[in-house]
Amino acid sequence: MKTALFWIFSVAALGGAVGVVGNVRNPINSALNLVVSMLALAGLYVLLEAQFVGLIQVMVYAGAIVVLFLFVIMLLNLRGSGTSGAEVQPLVKIAGVALVAFAGLFLVRVLASGRAPWPDVDPSYGTTRAIGEALYTDYVLAVQLAGVLLLAGILAAVVLAKKRVD
Amino acid sequence: MGDISPFQFQVVAALIFLIGVAGVLTRRNMIVMFMCIELMLNASNLSLVAFSREIGDDQGQVFAFLVMVVAAVEVAVGLAIIISLVRNRDTVNIEDASQMKW
Repeated sequence: MKTALFWIFSVAALGGAVGVVGNVRNPINSALNLVVSMLALAGLYVLLEAQFVGLIQVMVYAGAIVVLFLFVIMLLNLRGSGTSGAEVQPLVKIAGVALVAFAGLFLVRVLASGRAPWPDVDPSYGTTRAIGEALYTDYVLAVQLAGVLLLAGILAAVVLAKKRVD
Repeated sequence: MGDISPFQFQVVAALIFLIGVAGVLTRRNMIVMFMCIELMLNASNLSLVAFSREIGDDQGQVFAFLVMVVAAVEVAVGLAIIISLVRNRDTVNIEDASQMKW
């Protein structure tokens, strides 16, 4: 069961990623492929017993970030606005695909070797409670810094995107 | 977990990362390049969570959570930059934004 789910989610994640890259006509299709990839990754997190991270993945990535992408694409009305003609750079494209193909071949060959067992973890592993306790005790400074970073990001986005009125 | 080894999760993560690299190298649409950067960040997150499960410690998940925070900020700021660039140049092609290129 878990094996089947792993393959389903992996194929969906990889297929969505390929769809993001391979879709040259319309950025909206790329964004929708990105949703598929993000949701499949959330499934993989849950398979790894990281429920909290999977939940945050669905809410932050599939829920917020992709919506932001779609919002910007539709706001700028980018459908075919001068991107398709200059899109293909043959040499760079071939180099990129060759890099990915070579590395993928290498990885698949290495894949045949490793069969390490999974350790047993206690039932609280990866729950919101466990992660929250870690965040607010050992990593409280990182949480504070993340808050400051979010505030700076909000201000920077507002300043950058507002119209100059002066 | 059946016959799925920790290594296979790492392979999936590496392949997603490579697809993201290929996208950044081949696509010229700034928004799609940005999505490819998100793909790479997600691949690194999957790698972190898989290693975290492999050693049975949840520190990797905390780190993945913080990576997501940084990615959210990055998307907000990056899309704001793209919006102001489109206002000024009326294009999302990265080749038209080469003013600072040496």
